[in-house]
Amino acid sequence: MTLERVDFAVIGAGPAGMAAATLAAELGLDTVLIDEQEAPGGLIYRGIERAEDHSPLGDDYLAGRQLAGALRASGATYRPATTVWHLDPEGTLSLISGSGTETLRARRILVATGAIERPAPIPGWTLPGVMTAGAAQIMLKTGDLVPSGRAVLAGQGPLLWLVAAQLVRAGATPAAILETAPHRNYHAAARLLPRVLWPARRALWKGLSLIREVRRAGIPIRREVTGLRALGRNRLEAVAWDSGEIAADLLLLHEGVIPNTQISLALGLEHRWDDAQLCWRPVADEWGATSLPTISIAGDGGGIAGAEASALTGRLAALDVADFLDKLDPAERDRRAGPIRAALRRELAIRLLLDRLYRPAPAILVPEDDIIACRCEEVTVGQIRRAARLGAQGPNQAKAFTRCGMGPCQGRICGTIVSAVMADTLGRPIQEIGAYRPRAPYKPITLGALAGLDAE
Amino acid sequence: MFRRRPEAVGPTVTVTVEGTELHVPQGVSAAAAMLLAGLASVRETPVTGAKRSPYCLMGICFDCLAEIDGQPNRQSCMVTVAPGMAIRRQRGKRSVGIE
Repeated sequence: MTLERVDFAVIGAGPAGMAAATLAAELGLDTVLIDEQEAPGGLIYRGIERAEDHSPLGDDYLAGRQLAGALRASGATYRPATTVWHLDPEGTLSLISGSGTETLRARRILVATGAIERPAPIPGWTLPGVMTAGAAQIMLKTGDLVPSGRAVLAGQGPLLWLVAAQLVRAGATPAAILETAPHRNYHAAARLLPRVLWPARRALWKGLSLIREVRRAGIPIRREVTGLRALGRNRLEAVAWDSGEIAADLLLLHEGVIPNTQISLALGLEHRWDDAQLCWRPVADEWGATSLPTISIAGDGGGIAGAEASALTGRLAALDVADFLDKLDPAERDRRAGPIRAALRRELAIRLLLDRLYRPAPAILVPEDDIIACRCEEVTVGQIRRAARLGAQGPNQAKAFTRCGMGPCQGRICGTIVSAVMADTLGRPIQEIGAYRPRAPYKPITLGALAGLDAE
Repeated sequence: MFRRRPEAVGPTVTVTVEGTELHVPQGVSAAAAMLLAGLASVRETPVTGAKRSPYCLMGICFDCLAEIDGQPNRQSCMVTVAPGMAIRRQRGKRSVGIE
């Protein structure tokens, strides 16, 4: 079997992947963009090509049209509905799509797999009727679908307010908003305000407008909520917190977003525990080049920066790859990077404030012992603590002791929780405890599909 | 648990959820179809039989695993509906059918 060979393979068609593939193709690289969805956009711009002009999702969402349009007009080969289920550091990608399994060889690979919502492990979070705020947003983006009963939004972060505003505009005003940002976060963030006020004025204004819009809708808003829990027998019936309770049909949780490190960890890239964003992030230089020479990272998968910044880091990675493959000389690469870096600094100005204001409460990272950490294998925080006390030194050993992380999600949900709980139990830094080492296949594939793979 | 906005335009496709016909917007996932069908839960876990429904809808949590057109353990949030698609929930562990 002859392998298809390309210069540059990009994984993920969110803002980083779309921008990188578009620019790389313009620079003359034979580029392929692979994505699991049927249309470009990633999660942030999901369904963007079908969006209406006056969408309740708002103008920032509609701005994604430009990236998707540029991708379609570019010379990049776009491979939708295709999953990368294995990747090796030499540049071989194993793909699966409706037409079966295939193998692709690329000289350089960009991992642009974006972010996931930080798991919000509260009592009752496995009950039907408990979802993430991002899940409700996907319902709205893909089919104009909105909650039909009493929906409660709980947690913190920019997306919580954005989803609240979008639901109001869509005619599905939430029953309540329970904000979990602790009082001390507001204090700490206020001290940073003088530093970010001017450079981040546009983002600040946008955020405040959003909160004002939600307030005007008359939704009951509770601040500094603690002790949040989902109540119900076989499905959600009510949401309770330390000083109140409300009947609910749907609880939409949100505690910020973290990099989707499934592929970067599986590749064995060097990762650091980020103490500001409380998550794992792959180590990369200012071009997104990682500890493996064939692999670059761009977008939120390399650290949370937002959609606009992700498109910019995607372009920086494309410039660097073009230089590496002799399609661009280093001086030209640096010259073109100048304005991109200036724009990136503007986009990142608000991060200092956001990371501090919306830093999750300790119980999100290290929940109470009786809470389920691993949803797949139903392993509690207490069981992980016990494994650590019995001698498990890190998440990969805890997996063997308890089966946590061994279910179908392969540790995507419990990964950060297990690292943090073990660090807490053993009194060691999270960095030393380490992360799961996920294995291929990254997504389940059938034996039939595997058997259909030609041996080279 | 979810409904379509009355202002929504655009075509629908007909699928079956647990054998019942349902019109859902084109482009939504099989998981969204199950939520629109109003299923109280979409699966029962293999470990304790606990009821679950989709949590993340973005391909991360695997709590939306369902049987789609006869194939079990599909991530239903990652599968776009198609006309005639048969979507069923699953209870407990899957087994391999040997014929």
